[in-house]
This record gives sequence, C-alpha cells and structure tokens, in this order.
Amino acid sequence: MDQSTALSSKGINWWGGGKSPFNLEYGKLMMWFFLVSDAFTFGGFLISYGTVRFSQNYWPDPSVVFNAFPFAGHANLPLAFVSVMTFVLILSSVTMVLAVHAGHNRNQKEVEKWLIWTIIGGLFFLGCQAWEWNHLYFGEHPTVVSGHIELIGQATNINPWGELVQGKALTDALNNTSINTLASVVSENHLSDMSHAQLLASQKSELVNMIANSNIHIRETGPVAFGGFFFGITGFHGFHVFSGIIINIIMLLMTRANVFERRGHYLMIEKAGLYWHFVDLVWVFVFMAFYLV
Amino acid sequence: MEQASVISPEITFEHHQETSSFKKRVIKTTIILSIITLIELALGFTIYLLHKGATPPSYSLVLFLKGVICILTMLKAYYIVSVFMHLGDELKRFIVAIILPMLLFVWFIIAFLWDGSSYRNLNNTYNKYFYETTMPGKQTIEKAVPLEPAGKQ
Repeated sequence: MDQSTALSSKGINWWGGGKSPFNLEYGKLMMWFFLVSDAFTFGGFLISYGTVRFSQNYWPDPSVVFNAFPFAGHANLPLAFVSVMTFVLILSSVTMVLAVHAGHNRNQKEVEKWLIWTIIGGLFFLGCQAWEWNHLYFGEHPTVVSGHIELIGQATNINPWGELVQGKALTDALNNTSINTLASVVSENHLSDMSHAQLLASQKSELVNMIANSNIHIRETGPVAFGGFFFGITGFHGFHVFSGIIINIIMLLMTRANVFERRGHYLMIEKAGLYWHFVDLVWVFVFMAFYLV
Repeated sequence: MEQASVISPEITFEHHQETSSFKKRVIKTTIILSIITLIELALGFTIYLLHKGATPPSYSLVLFLKGVICILTMLKAYYIVSVFMHLGDELKRFIVAIILPMLLFVWFIIAFLWDGSSYRNLNNTYNKYFYETTMPGKQTIEKAVPLEPAGKQ
C-alpha cells in the first residue's frame, strides 16, 4: 500500500455500511474468492500427485521424460521445451498487466493491442502443450513388458520410463522379442544402414546384437500413476488457459464494441486479468512439480 | 491521488499508478521472474547431470536442490500475486482474507506427503515383493552388456 492510500484510509468508517470494507467492488471480490477455491482444487490435485510420488521407491526423472523439442528429432534436450512454454506464459502475463493498466488510463487502442498479444501468447502456449501431449502419447519407446520388448508411448495405463534394463535381463528380453519390433528399434535409432525391409529379412541374432551393442536406453515400465497425473493436471491447467483465452477474446470484442468506454471504466479487464494471472501462477507450480523436482 | 470512484459507490477510493513508475515496476518484476526461472532451470539441469553421473548422487544433495527449487517457486508466486495481481496494493484486511485460508496448505502438504512416505516405508518393511520389484538397483545386479547373446545359432 502506498503512502497516499494509507493516509486516505484513515478516519473512514469502513464497517458502517454503504461501502465495501475491502474497498473492492462485488465482481472483483468474487473473482478473488473464486480463485482461492480454484487454488485449492489445483492444490488438491498436485498434493495427491505428491502423495503418490512419496509412496513410490522409483519415479521417472523428468529430464528423461521431457527431453524432446519440435523439429529436433531424437536430440536429447532436457527442460528446453518447457522453458519456452514457461517464458511464453510469463510474457503473456506481462502483456495482460499492460492491458489492465491501459484500461486504468482508459486508452482503448492500447487495451486492444495488449489483449491481442495476451491471446496470441495463450494460443502459443496451448499449441506447445498440444505438441507435447502428442509427442508423449504417440512417441514409441522400447520397453520391457512381461519379459519381452514392446514399443509403447506414455498413456494413462502404462509408463515407459522405468529403470534401465541391462545385462542378462536385457539379453533375455531381446531374445524374447519379435523380429518386427527389433527391426523397428534398429531402424528408429539408426543402428544400421539397412532398410526396414532388409532388417526384417535378417537373422534375429544380428538384430539382437545390434541393439545389445548400441547405447540406446531400454527401460522397464515405470509407475502407472505418472500418466494419469501428468495428463490430468496439465490438462486441467490447459483447460484453464483455454477458458482464459475465450474470456480474453470476449474482453477484446467488448472493448472493440465500446462497451467499457460507455460504462466509463475498464474494470472487466481487471477481472479477466486476475484470472489470467492465476493461470500463470498455477503453471509456476505445475512446472515445479512435473518438470523440475 | 485520491479520486472519486466512477466504478461503484461501494468503492471509497481508487489509487492510480503513474505510467512511468508502473512501467518500471512491471519491467523489474518481469526481470526478477525470468531470472528466478533461469536459476530453477539451472538447478533442474544440475539434478539431471547428477543423476547421469557414474555414481548415484547423494540423496541429501538432490533433496536440498529440490528444496531450493520449491522456495524459488514460492518467491515467483509471491511476485505474481503481489505485483501482477495487485494484491500487495489492496487493503491489509483483504490481503489477510486471501492469504489466511492459504495457510491450510501448510497442513495439507505436510500431512499428505507424510502419509505417502509412511505408506512407502511400511511397504518396504512388510511387503518384500514391493521392495524387491520397485527398489532401484535391486533387480539388475549384472551390469555388463553382452557381446555374444544367447540364441545365436
């Protein structure tokens, strides 16, 4: 609170009725109370994720799970993509602050400009999330499932990021695997110059040798709960981003239609702004819980 | 800077921020948030490198780094709520009304993480199958990569 506010709030009978004791109008106050309840919803989700993680002896390392980047192929780039997503969301929060401030100054053109940038930031974030989900769900990883190797993605009922399989366990698993899968693993990881058809026609022992002598990572299945928590919580957050974008688009249309100019104030932009910052705030915690620790 | 409110008769005063001081504050906060995020990423990457090393990293070192990341996250949350959401500019009684319920999280986090951890300890003590199948490093004693796999005719 700055000095002028502190001085002016003295000598006012705040609880005598006729004025808000919080000096906030109804809609903004209710937006805050909604955000408090939403914080507990997200908190409940994230804490249940924490509880399950604490009950396990092994949990996948996020830097192993999230190491891909669009158009970078198989390059190992841990944390790179999610840092892009994080900065995009921080920047869209900044543009929202600027939109709210422009609203204070009743500068319609500026409000429109910064709202458009905020919407673009939100759409970019959603696009990133769509790419990441797609990559996780459909990306195939050689994983030892009941004694042989299968190519599986990250779904809600299976997790390909268990511990590394090495030594005799790996040899046995490779020998139990179909030629088809072995050929796919070899060609996917560029372990041979032969084409997929040639690989399929070659001896199984050759394929086993190529994989056993390479340094590709073959893992066991990991904790099943990982997928449900990841898709559930980032999905719930993504839904908040989506509804935030819709709200911001409505704000933009209302600004364009001179609704706030006629009303004499841009307080609606502030409420939309509160919601948008909350989405950024939640991401800070999702980012920590899923990608960093 | 007290002004009569055009918004609602419920509002006693609005305080207005000068554009120049506002811009400075936003730029400063953006830089702080970016720097904290970069530090967090550096720590996350450090944990990754520690796990990648030849020997398993010290448990307490990794826990310490993760603790620092959590504290930095709280710091980021403080800046977003206080500056971007302007909670820091509201009346003190409103700040209390919002922050006080959040203190429930202190109990919530401690109780539920403790619960999960207790479940794991009990399982490791009394459920040998759980211990042997999930404890890292328990299944693969043999680390050598085979050069002559079985199955060669």
